[in-house]
Amino acid sequence: MPPLATIETRGLIRRFDRREALGGVDLSVAPGDCLAIFGPNGAGKTTLLRLLAGLLNPSGGTASIGGVALPAGPAARAQVGLISHHSMLYPALTARENVEFAARLHGLADPRTSAESALARLGVLDRADVPVRVLSRGLQQRVSIARAFVHAPRVVLLDEPYTGLDAVGAAALSSALEGLKSGGAALVLVTHHLDEGLAIATHVAVMRDGRFVLHERRDAIDPASFAGQYRALVGVAG
Amino acid sequence: MSEPPGVIAAAWAIARKDLTVELRTRAAFLSAAVFSVLAAAIFLYTWDPTAVASIDLAPGVLWVIFTFAGLLGLNRSFSAELADRAIDGLLIAPVRREAVFLGKAFANLIFVLGVQVVAIPTVVLFYNLSLGWGASAAIAGITVLASVGLVAVGTLFSAMAVNTRLAELLLPVLALPFFVPVVTAAAQATVLVINGRPLSGAVDWMRVLVAFDLVFVPACTMAYPFTIES
Repeated sequence: MPPLATIETRGLIRRFDRREALGGVDLSVAPGDCLAIFGPNGAGKTTLLRLLAGLLNPSGGTASIGGVALPAGPAARAQVGLISHHSMLYPALTARENVEFAARLHGLADPRTSAESALARLGVLDRADVPVRVLSRGLQQRVSIARAFVHAPRVVLLDEPYTGLDAVGAAALSSALEGLKSGGAALVLVTHHLDEGLAIATHVAVMRDGRFVLHERRDAIDPASFAGQYRALVGVAG
Repeated sequence: MSEPPGVIAAAWAIARKDLTVELRTRAAFLSAAVFSVLAAAIFLYTWDPTAVASIDLAPGVLWVIFTFAGLLGLNRSFSAELADRAIDGLLIAPVRREAVFLGKAFANLIFVLGVQVVAIPTVVLFYNLSLGWGASAAIAGITVLASVGLVAVGTLFSAMAVNTRLAELLLPVLALPFFVPVVTAAAQATVLVINGRPLSGAVDWMRVLVAFDLVFVPACTMAYPFTIES
C-alpha cells in the first residue's frame, strides 16, 4: 500500500484570462477524511478538483498531495483517482478493456484481474465484455468509477459521482467510498446534492465565486437546517 | 505498492489501446485508404501521358497521397481522446508525458504504414510501374524513414491543434511546412529507385530522412509536455 496522503492547498488561485475562477482556497484533507464541497454552478468546484488532479496549473498559491507540490510527477499522480463529469472512457473499447488500460497505466502487476475485481465491486462484471458505447449512462458511470478506483487510490477526487447512477449503483459507489475512506484515503467530493455529501463527509465546505464561504467539520453541521443555511450562503432565494 | 510503468511499457499500452480503437472503428483507416485510391485515380485521369512519363509522375503522386492521407489519421490521434475527456485519464495517470507522445506516435506510425500498404500498390498498378524486389525493398525503406519523420512532427502538431476550434485546418497549416523536407527527400529517392538508377543516389536522400528522424523524434518527444494545457 502506498503511504497515506494529505491534500493541502494554501491561497490557491486559478485565473482563466482575466476571470478568477478560484480566488484563494485553503483546505486540508487528512487521510480518512472526506471533504464535501457544495456550491452553485460556476462556483469553482470543478476547477478546484482539476487543480488537485494536476490537470491545471495554479495561477497563484500552492497545492500539494502528500507533501508533493502540484502539478506533480508520476509518483504523486499514482495516488490519485478522479471521477469527473466525463466518463474518461473509450466508447469503442469494452468495459474490461477500459479498466484494464487504466490498470496498465498504473503499473499494476495483474491488470486483468485488477480490472475484473474493480468491475465486480461496482456490480458491472457481467457487462465486462460489452463495448462501453452500448452501455446505459448509469452503467458507463459505474465503469468510469471502476476505472478510477482500480489502483486503490489514496486521494480520491469526485465530481458529481452519483450522476446517472441507479439505487444499486449509488449503493455500490457509497460502499466503495466508505471502504476507501476507512482504508485511509483522503476524499474530496463535489456535489449539488446536500444529502449525498453530508452522508459521507467528515468536513463540509460551501463555495461561491471561487471562495469557501463555509468550511466546517461535519459534526458542527445540523443536517436539518443545512439546506436553508446553504441557500442563504450561495444567495438562492427560498 | 505498484510502481508506475516505465516509458516504453506505458507507450506500448497507449499505442495498443489506440490501435485497438482503430481496429474496432476503422474510421480513420478506411477514410485514408479510400482517399488514397481516389486520389491516385484522380491524378491518373488528369494526367497527360504524352507530356509526362508515368515514371516521372508516380513518385510525386505517391508522396502527395502519403502526406494528405497521413494528415487524416493524425487529425484523429488526439481528437479521439476528447470525446469523453479520455485525455484526462491519460494525463492523471502516473506515466511520463513523453510516454503519451511516444505511444500516440507509434500508433500513428502503424496507421501511416498501413495506408501506404494500400497506396503504394495502387500507384504501382495505376501507373504501370515495374518494380523488382530490390526496388520494392528500397521503397519500403524510404517509406519507413519518411513515415517516422512525418509521424513525429504530425503527432506533436496534432496535440497542439486539438484544443483549438479550427483543429482540422490548423494541423495542416502547422505541419505541412515541416513535411516539405521529408516529402522532398522521399520523392527524390523514389524517382531514383523507380528509374533504376544506382542505389547510392537514393541512399543520399535516405540519409536526409535519417537525419530528419534523428532530429525531430527526440525534439518532438521533448516538446510534447509543453503542449499540454496548463
